[in-house]
Amino acid sequence: MTVLNQTTDSRTAAAPAPAPRRRKPLATRAYKVFRVVALIAVVLFLVAPLFWMLLASFKTNVDIYDTGKSFFFTPTGENYANVLQRNNYFVFIFNSFWVAFVSTALSLVLGVPAAYAMSRFTMHRSALVVLMARVIPGVSLLVPWYYVFSNLKMVGGFEVLILSHMFVALPLIVYIMMSYFDSMPLELEESAQVDGLTPIGAFRRITLPLSVAGIATAGILSFIFSWNNFMFALVLSGSKTKTLPVAIFDFVSYASIDWGGLMAAATVVTIPIMIIALFTQKYIVSGLTAGATKG
Amino acid sequence: MSVLNNSRGDTARDTTRDAARGASRTPGPRKNFSAWANRHRKWLFAAPAMIFVGVLIVFPLAWTIYLSLTDSQGSVRAASEFVGLENYLTVLSDVERFWPAVGRTLTFTGVALVCEVVLGMGIALLLWRPFRGEKWVRVAILLPLVATPVAVGMMWRLIFDPNIGFVNQLLGMIGIPPQPWLSGQDTALGTTIFMDIWQWTPMVVLILLAGLTSLSEEPDEAARMDGANAFQRFFFITLPLMMPTVIVAILLRGIDALKTFDILYATKGKGGGSFHEVETLNVYAYGLSFDYNQYGLSSAVLILFFMIIIITMWLLTMRKKAVSK
Repeated sequence: MTVLNQTTDSRTAAAPAPAPRRRKPLATRAYKVFRVVALIAVVLFLVAPLFWMLLASFKTNVDIYDTGKSFFFTPTGENYANVLQRNNYFVFIFNSFWVAFVSTALSLVLGVPAAYAMSRFTMHRSALVVLMARVIPGVSLLVPWYYVFSNLKMVGGFEVLILSHMFVALPLIVYIMMSYFDSMPLELEESAQVDGLTPIGAFRRITLPLSVAGIATAGILSFIFSWNNFMFALVLSGSKTKTLPVAIFDFVSYASIDWGGLMAAATVVTIPIMIIALFTQKYIVSGLTAGATKG
Repeated sequence: MSVLNNSRGDTARDTTRDAARGASRTPGPRKNFSAWANRHRKWLFAAPAMIFVGVLIVFPLAWTIYLSLTDSQGSVRAASEFVGLENYLTVLSDVERFWPAVGRTLTFTGVALVCEVVLGMGIALLLWRPFRGEKWVRVAILLPLVATPVAVGMMWRLIFDPNIGFVNQLLGMIGIPPQPWLSGQDTALGTTIFMDIWQWTPMVVLILLAGLTSLSEEPDEAARMDGANAFQRFFFITLPLMMPTVIVAILLRGIDALKTFDILYATKGKGGGSFHEVETLNVYAYGLSFDYNQYGLSSAVLILFFMIIIITMWLLTMRKKAVSK
């Protein structure tokens, strides 16, 4: 638990009690001003490009080419109407969602028990096999996959895409859940077993319900990674299973770039994931930093 | 049962044996299965995931090694001949595409990593102590991190567009002539590195921040009492204590940076642009496989690429062990 909650909770908890008030030296005040300025700069640097994308998605292409109308223009929803209706983005949104959802769910089913076993029995070498998947370049897997799956007439179906995305999700889930189980005290399970539960029963009735936060973390991150995945879908998706990143990529293959439409499409892809991120901020942070502070 | 002195694994095994004994007292097929499942839960739990990953990795990896030794091209199904190490010789003596790609991969990864770690440490230090509005800064940090890389690539294409891009517009205001950015032969790689820094510095910030908050306050406090100034405290106290976390951040980011594909392919397309300006090993291997169907050659490139990744990781892990001591 310590590792997972650190970033959010212990920060405030660990902060020292307010020191007895003294007159702050000049250097401290100067630092405070510097800190505020620096933080504003950081936020601007990170958010401004996204804001620019959002602005452009509401401009006509004429306005995009007019540098005088960078910030002041008459907003139009036409780009979105184009993207969503004419280019069938609802289908791509559904595809992306479905692939991310199913691959995450299946990966959780496979990954959570595996992470549990690997954590409790300290199976470091087995864990390494699963984590290898995070290191290996995806292209080296794609050629054989493509060959096998096209022979099985599966390329262009959802199954292949889901399998390939599970390959991204599973190592992530195992990694996050292992560090979660590592930091979970053994005593609860042990006392449950003393009270008559079998080890599997203890896992199912005690450990699993207590790891909901960890499972949520792993699930959300795996969903995001699957939603954002580009390379696997580029090769393995067909016209019916195309996911959003591939759809955006195809947008620019046409002769001239429809910037407004492209920015609307890019916004459509990023907005859902950002909304998820806003509401699950705590989990995402703990997942991304899982295991990072272990010795 | 001497539970106290046992390691984790042993404790678990002992209780399993008890459960099995309990089950054998009341026999029955269901009980027997449950006892069996409990006894073998270690592999019962781990095996499905390991088999899944194993089948999807081991088989393709073996196949890639095999392909790298053949002259396979056009279609994987087409007959191919065993050519031994010829592909490797071809690749290793290829100074037009392969070695520049190695150089770009290492440049991209090295420059991006250095900038991300330095910036990330700076930002993490800014965020270290609580302040008002912290919540909003944290949201801002999270946004680039979760944004879809392909969409991010498209976004930067517009912002860095030489004619209508906002960056050149800004530079124009302070009198700097427009730059070609992504479309320039010399500037393209740097521009993509900038994009990587924008998107992934937040990741480094989060990891380093988690490290900073887990540090104990005492060494820092003690140094303060002894009159050390902020810079001394950072370089002689905080940084050495943070080294293991810094290396974890470099390791995690490094693996992904070496394999960067999405933003490169999204901004420059096939072959990393018409002059291969941003063609890294991953983009090169992808192009060989799926744009030119040179499976034998691409497999050799991939095996060499994989070796570069493994060696880098191994070096970093060694370094981490040395620092953690």
